[in-house]
Amino acid sequence: MSVAVAPAFAADQIFVALKYWLVLHTPGPFQTLVSILLTIIPIIVVFPALFAVTTVLERKGLGRIQNRYGPNRVGPWGVFQPLADAVKSLTKEDIVPRSADHVVHYLAPLVLVATAFLAFAVLPIGRNMTAVNLDAGVLFFFAIGAATELAVFMAGWSSRNKYSLLGAMRAIAQMISYEIPLILSSVAVIMISGTLSTTRIVDEQAHYTGTVAHWNVFTPWGLAGFILFMIAATAETNRSPFDLPEGESEIIAGYFIEYSGFKFALFFLAEYLEMFAVSGLGITLFLGGWSSPFSFLAWIPSWIWFFGKLLALIVGFIWVRGTLPRLRMDQLMNFAWKFMLPMTLVVIVSAGVWRFLPAGVAGSAALGGVIRWLVCALVVAGPYIALARVLERGRKIEKRTYRYAE
Amino acid sequence: MNPLAGCLLVSSLLFSVGLAGALTRRSAILVLAGIELMLNAANLNFIAFWRFGPHPEFLTGFVFVIFSIAVAAAEAAVGLALIVAIYRHAQTSDVSEITEMKG
Amino acid sequence: MRMTLPFLILAILTLAGGVAAMTLRRLVHCALALSVAFAGLAALYLNLDAEFAGLAQLLVYVGAIAILIVFAILLTRGGDSDAEKSFSPAGIGGAVIALAVFAVLAWATETSGIAHPALVTPPPESAMREIGLALMQRYVLPLEVIALMLTAAMIGAVILAVRERRNPAGTESAERPGLGA
Repeated sequence: MSVAVAPAFAADQIFVALKYWLVLHTPGPFQTLVSILLTIIPIIVVFPALFAVTTVLERKGLGRIQNRYGPNRVGPWGVFQPLADAVKSLTKEDIVPRSADHVVHYLAPLVLVATAFLAFAVLPIGRNMTAVNLDAGVLFFFAIGAATELAVFMAGWSSRNKYSLLGAMRAIAQMISYEIPLILSSVAVIMISGTLSTTRIVDEQAHYTGTVAHWNVFTPWGLAGFILFMIAATAETNRSPFDLPEGESEIIAGYFIEYSGFKFALFFLAEYLEMFAVSGLGITLFLGGWSSPFSFLAWIPSWIWFFGKLLALIVGFIWVRGTLPRLRMDQLMNFAWKFMLPMTLVVIVSAGVWRFLPAGVAGSAALGGVIRWLVCALVVAGPYIALARVLERGRKIEKRTYRYAE
Repeated sequence: MNPLAGCLLVSSLLFSVGLAGALTRRSAILVLAGIELMLNAANLNFIAFWRFGPHPEFLTGFVFVIFSIAVAAAEAAVGLALIVAIYRHAQTSDVSEITEMKG
Repeated sequence: MRMTLPFLILAILTLAGGVAAMTLRRLVHCALALSVAFAGLAALYLNLDAEFAGLAQLLVYVGAIAILIVFAILLTRGGDSDAEKSFSPAGIGGAVIALAVFAVLAWATETSGIAHPALVTPPPESAMREIGLALMQRYVLPLEVIALMLTAAMIGAVILAVRERRNPAGTESAERPGLGA
């Protein structure tokens, strides 16, 4: 039984209404232009603002995890630190190496930031708040993401620096390897929803049985898929523990080593934008997008739900970064191809089983649901245990001995 | 000029550019790139005829392009692997210097 | 019905990318220009209402093939090849042949009847659902054949590119350490 949610509609649709009001009150010939601008500008303003908030959050959070204070000089508790950072990066000298390929060196950060912004075009950040409602939205997201690899290569190659080239090669190898589990874990959701449109994927999840929403993450395949998706997303955005491309202790800073000033800030911005975008896609696919988990919470406006979930995932990213050490290259590749890839295939099989098992058995909907849930969980858990056993075979886990340090 | 003729003109220009590159460049990689351009020109024709043809609902040209993209991916992978293998053997990827067939 | 301005801009972008890819001296520049041409073509497909084909083109060509080409260039030390030797002596002949081919194609386009009648078909419903059904029902056999071919190509590429372990004496130079191999 599905209940459509409509309370607090005014607060929910305030931005949509505002946009239509503004468009209606502009003279005729400019209406298209104003409508386009009103779609683009919020994205260009909101997500960099979120980037500023995240940098403070990250530095404070990491500081807490590592038993120190973090930035606390600019403003109360250091909350104005991003402003100081912005002033610093804007006034810093922009150094380009003499032997660098100037045109490509100049273009690389621009391409990276442009593609990072484009990815937000298909994310539904609230009810009726998708910038471009494409029929193939998920495909668009991944197609745009593919262009970032080229931008990373441009940055690494044009700098004429062995560390930057090494970093770019590592980044591309890693992004290609983890793109496959990322796409395959989304395939399960696409199979169940029967659509590639991000808006409709969220609409499918915004229904309630009793009080609980139909989020994909509440199903066994959805839970496993969500975990795999977020691991792959961490690797895709070069976040710790998958930050080998920038590994500052080995290759200094990877592909953007030769960038300074504003261009460096652009790389930083693009990295965080990618993190937001891929988290946004994870929310859209698995966490019900802008919908609330329980029907009695549906009065909270949809955009608050989306950004709340986004902030929760960002906190998760920061927590993981403060907790886990960096992987080695061979561990990274083994993990991608020997664990992630088979597990995503298992998730797809489980989603198929979910699709074809009846939801109700012998007139009892609850019993059928429980049986379906258990069978699908078994389809995921069995191969997981078997795979873990095979991968762990012959590996002795013992206390680590340190050769040079005590 | 109607849109179909425009598409055909663009695709024949692209095909010629790719052909000229494949015939004149000496790097084996660029020869492969020229072939890819020619393949893409053909794809553009398929899309154009599907879009402006009498029966777009059958999706024939459209599906052909999707298959063609898949074939191009396989072709590029195998072709570039061949070029890398040849480079490892002959220390060059210049098509006018690779003249021996004997390994 | 006439050609629209976006179509013209995208066509010029695509052709400029293609020409640059075939004429630039540096191989890496060629690869980057080639990816511009691929991206332009993807945008042309989108302009022609072929949404799925355009996005697949972007995903496969820009995301995979351009990257493969770049890797191949770096693996064959093409990133720092000298500029003067990049054109073969048969350059003029090749250009003439290409021009002749273009002339024939353009003539055929101009004179054939098919390009001229004003076809005013409405934009087809290129819904994902229709494409999925077509791929799963009418074209399911080609789809399976493509899957088999991709598997074969993948195995073949790996076998070709993998470094030979046992070298006969005299070809030790093949064991030079390469980038990321």
